[in-house]
Amino acid sequence: MTSQALVVSRAEYCVIACAEAWRGDGEVLASPMGLIPSLGARLARRTFAPDLLLTDGEATLVGADGAAEGWLPYRRHLTMVTGGRRHVMMGASQLDRFGNQNISCIGDWAAPARQLLGVRGAPVNTLNNPVSYWVPRHSPRVFVPEVDMVCGVGYDRAAAAGARYHRLPRVVSDLAVLDFATPDHRMRLASLHPGVTVEQVRAATGFELALPDDVPYTRDPTPEELHLIREVLDPEGRRDGEVRG
Amino acid sequence: MTDKTMTPEEVVARLHSGMTLGIGGWGSRRKPMALVRALLRSPVTDLTVISYGGPDVGLLAAAGRIRELVAPFATLDSIPLEPHFRAAREAGAFALTEIDEAMFMWGLHAAANRLPFLPVRAGLGSDVMRVNPGLRTVTSPYEDGETFVAVPALRMDAALVHLNRADRLGNAQYLGPDPYFDDLFCAAADSAYVSCERLVEPGGFADAVPQTLLVGRHSVTGVVEAPNGAHFTSCVPDYGRDEPFQKLYATTPWDEFAARFLAGPDEKSYQSAVQAWHEEVR
Repeated sequence: MTSQALVVSRAEYCVIACAEAWRGDGEVLASPMGLIPSLGARLARRTFAPDLLLTDGEATLVGADGAAEGWLPYRRHLTMVTGGRRHVMMGASQLDRFGNQNISCIGDWAAPARQLLGVRGAPVNTLNNPVSYWVPRHSPRVFVPEVDMVCGVGYDRAAAAGARYHRLPRVVSDLAVLDFATPDHRMRLASLHPGVTVEQVRAATGFELALPDDVPYTRDPTPEELHLIREVLDPEGRRDGEVRG
Repeated sequence: MTDKTMTPEEVVARLHSGMTLGIGGWGSRRKPMALVRALLRSPVTDLTVISYGGPDVGLLAAAGRIRELVAPFATLDSIPLEPHFRAAREAGAFALTEIDEAMFMWGLHAAANRLPFLPVRAGLGSDVMRVNPGLRTVTSPYEDGETFVAVPALRMDAALVHLNRADRLGNAQYLGPDPYFDDLFCAAADSAYVSCERLVEPGGFADAVPQTLLVGRHSVTGVVEAPNGAHFTSCVPDYGRDEPFQKLYATTPWDEFAARFLAGPDEKSYQSAVQAWHEEVR
């Protein structure tokens, strides 16, 4: 392998950071939404999390080679959610410091300035199985002091509602990995992607992040992981269309 | 045995303004689009629509037929945001009951089982409770004492669904990977109308894998043979989504789209207009 090949792109760090979300999850369904989380889940499955279940994006559970191994139509998928044997990585149009997430609409719900998707399955996901988030463009428009419509439930509201199975393992953005590993579950900067500074992340976040004394960098991919990303999972380089640099 | 075959026009003649109408499929997948188009040719309006929303919702919203929408989302799948649903929402054109996907499913189950509600571990802590002040909670009478949302039954006056095959009695079969929730829609409605790609003759299901016989005749009022009747949504394995046409739908001003494709007297004129468009852009 040439030294050129070891120059890791930002998109590749994002894939690694997403893959790490499923480390140690065991035999659960990985539900990635979006390209980078999907590459991450498939990478995890092929390396350190071989027991993960994955779908073809429709109703079939597939093995690493894409061969069918099970049936998962929407009605059974919802049972995976409420049964808890699933870890989803959703998108977020807005996200606040406790992890409340919005994908429904921007502005007043009764008369939205911008209608988005609707709540989809965010309420049931967050009350039943681990939910991580992927934000391809880290900005103060996404990381806001208060979301306009709570679809995915954050830690403050989950506690108030007595939610038993609520957990938000991590938020991955194009700049950093964030988590809620603080005493009151406020969002914390967990790692920076190499080349990003703390200042950059703070400037792109619309609320104050908890900061560890030393912020680590997101880990490097192994040569095997780089090979899998570049040659097997995404040979056309679609990842660079979602995250540049 | 009752022969339940009807034309799309005969189905729509049984619907009326102000009714609560369930629409099967999911997003831009196996939607009863021919029946929705027949509805657009009729004067029926002021509808409460219950749907895992796709272009069915977009078409009815653009035509101003929806008074209230009950849905967890509206999407074209390959195009995430349904443009006409979106425009109608931003214009305040209809009331919205926005609930979670699982709450929606349990609402269908409750209606199909003649229960007033079912408990769901979803909605609590979210703004689904804020924007639906009528939602109530229920507490477990057992030791756990957990509180749930009591999702009310999504009972409907009529349901429209589209499947791959059906017989004249109302038995219907799906052949794709996902049944969606079409059997529940039929069971949750006072009357249900099934359109299909192809009618099979009596005895035509003799060799069918039984699990594919999703909808039973006891829950069906009328059957319509409507080839390509889910167009432009997917109806695998008969056909996939017509992506170029869906893109045209999503990017053409509504009046222009409706004038070209929806102004004809029947479904056949729609299918001919679509075919002409495809030949034009080939």
